[in-house]
Amino acid sequence: MNWTIAIPEIVLSISGLFILLFGVVQKKENAFFSCTILSVAAFITVGFLALTMPPGGGYLGLFISDNFSRFMKFLIILGGLLSVVLSLDYNEGNNTNQFEFPVLIIFSTVGAMIMTSACNLMTLYMGLELSSLALYILCSFDRDNVFSTESGVKYFVLGSLASGLLLYGMSLLYGFSGGLGFDDIQRVLTTNSQHSAGFVIGLVFVLIGLCFKISAVPFHMWTPDVYQGAPTSVTTFLSTVPKFATFAVLLRIMTTSSGFTHQWQILIEVIAILSIVIGSIGAIAQINIKRMMAYSSIAHMGYALIGLATGTAAGVSAALIYLASYLFMNVGTFAVIIAMRRKGRFVESIHDLAGLGKTDSALAVAMAIFMFSMAGVPPLAGFFGKFLVFGAAISAHLMWLAVIGIVASIIGAFFYLRIVKIMYFDQSVESFDQHSLSLSFVSFGMGIVTVGFCLFMRPIMVYGFMAATSLIKM
Amino acid sequence: MTVILFYVFAAILIVSAVMVVSARNSVHAALFLVLAFCNAAGLFLIAGAEFLAIMLITIYAGAVMILFLFVVMTMNTNLVQAREGVQRYMPLGLLVAGVLVFELVMVALNYKIDPKIIDVVSQPNLKAIPNTTALGSAIYTHYILLFQISGLVLLVAMIGAIVLTLRHRPINRRQNITRQHMREPVQTLEMKSVNLNQGVEENGGFLRPKDSYYGIAEKDSFGPSPGDKMDITEKRQKGE
Repeated sequence: MNWTIAIPEIVLSISGLFILLFGVVQKKENAFFSCTILSVAAFITVGFLALTMPPGGGYLGLFISDNFSRFMKFLIILGGLLSVVLSLDYNEGNNTNQFEFPVLIIFSTVGAMIMTSACNLMTLYMGLELSSLALYILCSFDRDNVFSTESGVKYFVLGSLASGLLLYGMSLLYGFSGGLGFDDIQRVLTTNSQHSAGFVIGLVFVLIGLCFKISAVPFHMWTPDVYQGAPTSVTTFLSTVPKFATFAVLLRIMTTSSGFTHQWQILIEVIAILSIVIGSIGAIAQINIKRMMAYSSIAHMGYALIGLATGTAAGVSAALIYLASYLFMNVGTFAVIIAMRRKGRFVESIHDLAGLGKTDSALAVAMAIFMFSMAGVPPLAGFFGKFLVFGAAISAHLMWLAVIGIVASIIGAFFYLRIVKIMYFDQSVESFDQHSLSLSFVSFGMGIVTVGFCLFMRPIMVYGFMAATSLIKM
Repeated sequence: MTVILFYVFAAILIVSAVMVVSARNSVHAALFLVLAFCNAAGLFLIAGAEFLAIMLITIYAGAVMILFLFVVMTMNTNLVQAREGVQRYMPLGLLVAGVLVFELVMVALNYKIDPKIIDVVSQPNLKAIPNTTALGSAIYTHYILLFQISGLVLLVAMIGAIVLTLRHRPINRRQNITRQHMREPVQTLEMKSVNLNQGVEENGGFLRPKDSYYGIAEKDSFGPSPGDKMDITEKRQKGE
């Protein structure tokens, strides 16, 4: 049995256990800082390990490692790492600096990594539960805050419902295909030309369960409340890592059931269009910047789903590049949101940003870059993601999908540019507090990556295409 | 012989299951549930699943039912109140039960396994290895990855329960375990030989422990700080 195939997951879990133990036995008053630094080190180590994993399967068909899982794991680990770095500042300011925080982030990341490598329904479910359970706790981590508790409870109740739907779908798939592995499902799909209704219902239930996790539209209601209530460092994590993992699972299942692409396409197209339109329109009415980012993330997932709907290698690689660009601009925006602080209190209204261009020009420039990038303005990261996704949709003859996407992205540009207008043209209120070095580091670094995305385009496209072909061939 | 045993177990199982829902006393209902579990375990034994039988008795009859009995006895649940709606909801309940019975009959009459699936499903050869061994190899060899992940899930649940509920209030009285283990009898006790026919008063009144509780209390958890030698009662006597 080739157990070394899961070395990154094993190392990250063991570091999580070690950090937990360290936090419990050490004598200092508060171990949050040292545990966070240790988990940053663990994330960096595991990031390198994940990049060097050879392709192959292991654990008797439960676990797979290929170019695709390597690409997604790298994004996931990067997301976990950046959220932990942001928590250094946020959780100190918010008085939620318990050492369990980085440990829970680590375990949630482990679950997400297992999901990307799952090629069996049971592995998928276990990874999903590990990732989600840690997230439910993280959402209500600020337990004295009513909003945080509310967000934890809402996410828990709705997440359990989605898990139930997912399990129900899995049981139907198991009953009608006789196996839990993705290859068993594929075998049934390719040998039987006539698919039984139970099998189709099972697939749809699995799709619903996964769409809940990426907050695609008919299942997006939880997103604004949970994003607003959760501590901002958790919101950063929530908007990146579990979404990437679920997206990886969606891609893997969909390319596995390739005999079924046509039926899938209709579903994914409808979900993608609804997500883009409702995400873009819903964000216009939001005053709270975290709620606005929630709707923005719904729309972004819709754009990435367009790449999935094409079902071609070009479309899948476009979706992967879209997710990569989304990671950088999203984390950067949340770094700026965490820096929004007056007299030690966090403020979240978009009008609190008024006059930021005069009071803190560096922060304002970074925020403007992220907003322009999210709107899809040319030389920035977000433009390339959208460009590739729409290009793939047009070459797959999904013309109307691309047209709706472009129209909705123009609607979406309104609320991103409104932030820029508020920062530079509105009367300034009080300036924000001096923000810490870690925040400057993250917002500056993400800003550089967002601006210079075109310079890395070639290697990113090569890796994205390698990942996509390893999946489509499978 | 096994047929007779099967019918005996099955009959007791059904009777005790009916008694669980109809017993007036909730403790009796819980005990009937234990009886039902034991008979179900007997059925498992007849089917050759000895491991499941033992698990059913140890986990359900042993652990879960004890917890359940604790709850029933401490909560003082009022069954009469819970039964109030029985008359009103009876027709609806009967309807649902009828639908379920109909479905069960339909399934039993039209039961058919897809012949293609039989090739896909792998079944262990139960004649060659006992089912405990088969389960062990499935859990600890074949699905070791999933087994370990479930361990992590439970650990995360535990961390969550502690993080979200534990509060370090100053009123919580906690011991400093190391100091408690390190201290000697001499530090706390003073041995006195008391003469016959003498009471406490003749021997100079009550003695307090030399090093009282907060000597070994965790910092901030009880009374004055650990360095402070003064007892609370001592302060009270001095009128502070």
